[in-house]
Amino acid sequence: MSGWTFERPPALPLPQPSEESAPFWEALKERRLVVQRCAACGAISHPPRAKCGSCGAMEFVWQESEGRGEVHSYVITHQAVHPALRGYTPFATVEVALDEGVHITSNLIDTPPEQVAIGQRVQVEFLDVGEGVVLPVFRRRRGK
Amino acid sequence: MSFSNAVAVAGVGETDYSRDSGRTELALSLQAIGAALDDAGIAAAEVDGLMKWFVDTSSEAEVAVNLGIPDLAWFGEINQAGNVGAPLVAHAAAAIHAGLANTIVIYRGVNGRSGRRYGRGDVTGQGGRGAGAFTEPFGLLTPQHGLAMSARRRMFETGVTSRQFGQQAVIQRKHANRNPRATFHDRPLTLEDHQESRLIVDPFHLFDCCLESDGGGALVLTRPELARERRLDRPLALIRAAAQSGPGQSSPVRRTAARLFAMGGVERSDIDVVQIYDHFGPFVLFALEDYGFVEDAGHFVEDGGTMWDSGKLPVNTSGGHLSEVYLQGMNHLIEGVRQARGESTSQVPNAQLSFVDTGIGTGAVILERSEA
Repeated sequence: MSGWTFERPPALPLPQPSEESAPFWEALKERRLVVQRCAACGAISHPPRAKCGSCGAMEFVWQESEGRGEVHSYVITHQAVHPALRGYTPFATVEVALDEGVHITSNLIDTPPEQVAIGQRVQVEFLDVGEGVVLPVFRRRRGK
Repeated sequence: MSFSNAVAVAGVGETDYSRDSGRTELALSLQAIGAALDDAGIAAAEVDGLMKWFVDTSSEAEVAVNLGIPDLAWFGEINQAGNVGAPLVAHAAAAIHAGLANTIVIYRGVNGRSGRRYGRGDVTGQGGRGAGAFTEPFGLLTPQHGLAMSARRRMFETGVTSRQFGQQAVIQRKHANRNPRATFHDRPLTLEDHQESRLIVDPFHLFDCCLESDGGGALVLTRPELARERRLDRPLALIRAAAQSGPGQSSPVRRTAARLFAMGGVERSDIDVVQIYDHFGPFVLFALEDYGFVEDAGHFVEDGGTMWDSGKLPVNTSGGHLSEVYLQGMNHLIEGVRQARGESTSQVPNAQLSFVDTGIGTGAVILERSEA
């Protein structure tokens, strides 16, 4: 496994923030992973939404996440079903269940695709991909 | 609320299925509609409603002009991806039941292989916008990526295996081998073929994935009295129940199932034959469990439970999206009607109630045989 490094396919789309999600992407530039917290009932949401799914309130605060969680599921693209992945297969994408209770799609930057496993504890890292965009990615975490 | 069997699917029709139709999508649509109207014994001038797949290019206006429909009283679409077949049937049946129209044609025609291909992300990609901002930058780019993610988790939770997915693919191929219209009519498939086929997006092997196809299909819905008048000596398929579940709902299968079986006043065990939307074969197994047909679909399929002749609950008897054609649920509806009328190439003996899902919970119908 030494020698394996994550290489992000440069043709993958970059996130185009919406009005609701802009603070999420802005916080990443400061190397902070934030999740949306309902100002009324405290329910956590991700991706950001306009109206709380639990109580219906429309006021939110941004709460910094611990950035810890576990791999909930994963896929490995073997055939470049999209041109952006040509030359970059096999390519793993993971769904991380954050300890705050929400799920986030990401990549593992220290784990070759064949070693990705459900239940793996992970910790957020920040990947500067240029053009003022920082993506939340993860690495394996020992213990809890 | 119930349709009380007040609406019939009077006719079904399709084009030939291919990888390169050499025709426009409008031509495919019109050819399929012509076949369905012939099957129903209804003239184009009698049609007063048109509904189409939102993603299709042939508008109701173009089709109305080409068919020579003098008075289009009802038209519409449902703004979703391809999984709108049963919801369109529900809308059309509700319109007929309410007296807004008498005879509605639901149609589609697509060059889904030679033209815009769904599996390539260029039709469905969002360029990092909207919900895509949170998935596409990390390599989830096509419908199958998200579906593979949930399939992988389901394998972890229930222990269902790729071999069991393969068993269903093999059974559907056997059905396709009996169906001369099917793309894979002449090509057998073994479990070893499935297991050795290349991984596309793990856990999906090649033979877990639907075809990409050129073709068209159409359904004619009308009042049973008119349908009966034109099909004097043949059984009819009546709409016993229809239900749908909106986009973004959690557990859509369970929601749709609750409404559908309540409306139909029937139990799962009353259903004789089932069609399930198989964009990816593993979802047939998941849906069989979530609709409440079986508890352990993996072992049910392994034991041949979905075979047309020997299975307890035959599933995807025309070959489905995996082996017949990928018309996004239209072919499932056509096959469901044929089963209710006793006309399938893999006919389930004495089928009375025929169930069709057209989107893993986005919508489903129960069709009922009515004797001539």
